[in-house]
Amino acid sequence: MSVLSLDNITKSFAGNAILNGVSLEAGQGEFIALVGPSGCGKSTLLRIVAGLDHADSGEIAIGGRNVSSLAAADRNIAMVFQSYALYPHLTAGQNIAVPLAMRRLTAAQRLPFIGDFLPGQRQIRADIQRQVREMAASLKIDHLLDRKPGQMSGGQRQRVALARAMVRRPSVFLMDEPLSNLDANLRVHARGEIVELHRRAGVPTLYVTHDQSEALSMADRVAVMIGGTLLQLAPPQEIYDDPAHIEVARFLGQPRINVLETRMDATGLVRFGALTLAVETAPPSERRVLIGVRPEFVRLRPGTDGILRARIERTEFLGSEVIIHARLDAIGETIVARIAPADAATLSTGMPVSVEIEPSRMMLFATTGERLRAKTVAIASSRERAHG
Amino acid sequence: MTAHSLAFGRILRFGLLSLGALIFLAPYIFMISTAGKAQSEIFSSSLSLIPEQWSFAENFTKALSRVSMPTLLMNGVIVCALIFIVQVVVAIPCAYAMAKLKFRAARSMMVLVMLGLLVPIHATALPLYVAFDRLSVLNSYTALVAPFSISVFAIFLFLQFFRAIPDDLIHAARLDGMSEPGIVARVIVPNAWPAITAFAIFSVVAHWNDLFWPLVVVSNQDFATPPLGLLYFRAAEAGDDYGALMAATLIITLPLVAAFLIAQKRFVEGITMTGLKG
Repeated sequence: MSVLSLDNITKSFAGNAILNGVSLEAGQGEFIALVGPSGCGKSTLLRIVAGLDHADSGEIAIGGRNVSSLAAADRNIAMVFQSYALYPHLTAGQNIAVPLAMRRLTAAQRLPFIGDFLPGQRQIRADIQRQVREMAASLKIDHLLDRKPGQMSGGQRQRVALARAMVRRPSVFLMDEPLSNLDANLRVHARGEIVELHRRAGVPTLYVTHDQSEALSMADRVAVMIGGTLLQLAPPQEIYDDPAHIEVARFLGQPRINVLETRMDATGLVRFGALTLAVETAPPSERRVLIGVRPEFVRLRPGTDGILRARIERTEFLGSEVIIHARLDAIGETIVARIAPADAATLSTGMPVSVEIEPSRMMLFATTGERLRAKTVAIASSRERAHG
Repeated sequence: MTAHSLAFGRILRFGLLSLGALIFLAPYIFMISTAGKAQSEIFSSSLSLIPEQWSFAENFTKALSRVSMPTLLMNGVIVCALIFIVQVVVAIPCAYAMAKLKFRAARSMMVLVMLGLLVPIHATALPLYVAFDRLSVLNSYTALVAPFSISVFAIFLFLQFFRAIPDDLIHAARLDGMSEPGIVARVIVPNAWPAITAFAIFSVVAHWNDLFWPLVVVSNQDFATPPLGLLYFRAAEAGDDYGALMAATLIITLPLVAAFLIAQKRFVEGITMTGLKG
């Protein structure tokens, strides 16, 4: 059963559509990463789920209950902000205690001075303190409880923000780019920690990020949002290997996927080099299609005997891999290959090379971006093609 | 060589600043000096800063005995404190709403605040006087405090300050379960001390020294504020006793000077503090 469900959420600001009918369901303990370029509406969606912003239409349900009209405080949602948003005037311990105090103590008990004399509050306060200490210990920040946010490093603040969000056992957990203010080393380390915390809490989590490696490495399912539309929601491997839309394919993967434009004949056959692909559901009037190939499936070898010929323009050595940019002779477009340094040893800038692409790794897209399912019908040898 | 010229530059700068300070302080210094002079010496043709014969005790005794100095100071404290507290209590929620909440009238309210900044108290003095007269509240703390209870300047100052408070902080507070008044009391006010301190100086100085409004609405010595009291002090004497007058002035300016010296550190902090990052 889904714990969090969004149904057809729309939002526009001053006539500009920010969200065009986003629907999404998260199951118990599921970690969903919302990923997309900046300005795609992912943070707006998160704020709408939190109740900090209102959708123009659509419904949000938590545990089967419609919460669309509830205020932020009544939704039992916790959120970690990019800026951490810790209260600057309170110590770490007090920061973590705030959500508990706001929920457990009555308004009168929270009053300064007077509240201290009301019955029952002493027990509750002691209980809150114990919970704060337990939470702090599990995040290894117990030595920081008396410090104010201004006296802590970015990583420490981030942990305090996590502790504040988790301490009250929310029914949904939202994170808005919580790692983007950390340095690279700390970020990779914090990823593992957040995943571990999430696993322990077992609460559905929506995690907004613009960093694809964060999304792919942490999430159970990745949702790619582009221009206010949720294009695909699938497990990391599936969304990477089998993107439903060219924008999804373009957004995920580093370096970016190669996209080459080619023609399709009237019978739905696409010829690319020596390959012939048959499109299963060809769009009726469209004669052009896009072919996408990830750089790791492009192979280059010295020589001019191949089906596709290219000339190496630029090589980038990245340590564990080499990125090679080569210009295709036939169409004049650049194709990017990602290869192992050992294989790159024989290649140098300016060298003519043969390009090989594994047919099963080619993806066809309509010019509107939708994925076209296709199957390979023929692979011609170079001689046949030369004659034909 | 470099160190030497640097030292020279410092001395020059320090000298210029000291000179400027001296010019600005001259009237106050002269006031202190006059407060210590006997009547005859004040009207003598020679101008000296150090009294020939010390009459501080005499002048201060006169100042304290002729008018009820404790009443004046007390009125000053009550009026300034009431004005300041009411202004802050009104202006902070108002500025918070205008800075951080979205509502339809926000723009027109901003225009009204700007208009309010342009209208001086002197323009509205007469209608207010008539209204207070009809309500029979002349000669009361109400008449002294009420016109200043809504300070558009305070709203404007706090508005600018609150805009710099990150939205995320307020969002976090909402998610933590705070109501809007709760956010103002628990998040905004504790972080707005620099702005509140800065405003306190403006407000208290303006109303402690204000003569115009008390003169309009108060004719009874029991409600006189310190500057108005000084006026009575002058009027009470046929021949103006400047020594005693200066002593009285010294007494009523002293609390402000002391307060500023105490708050100085915070005041400067408030101006230099670059907001709430962190």
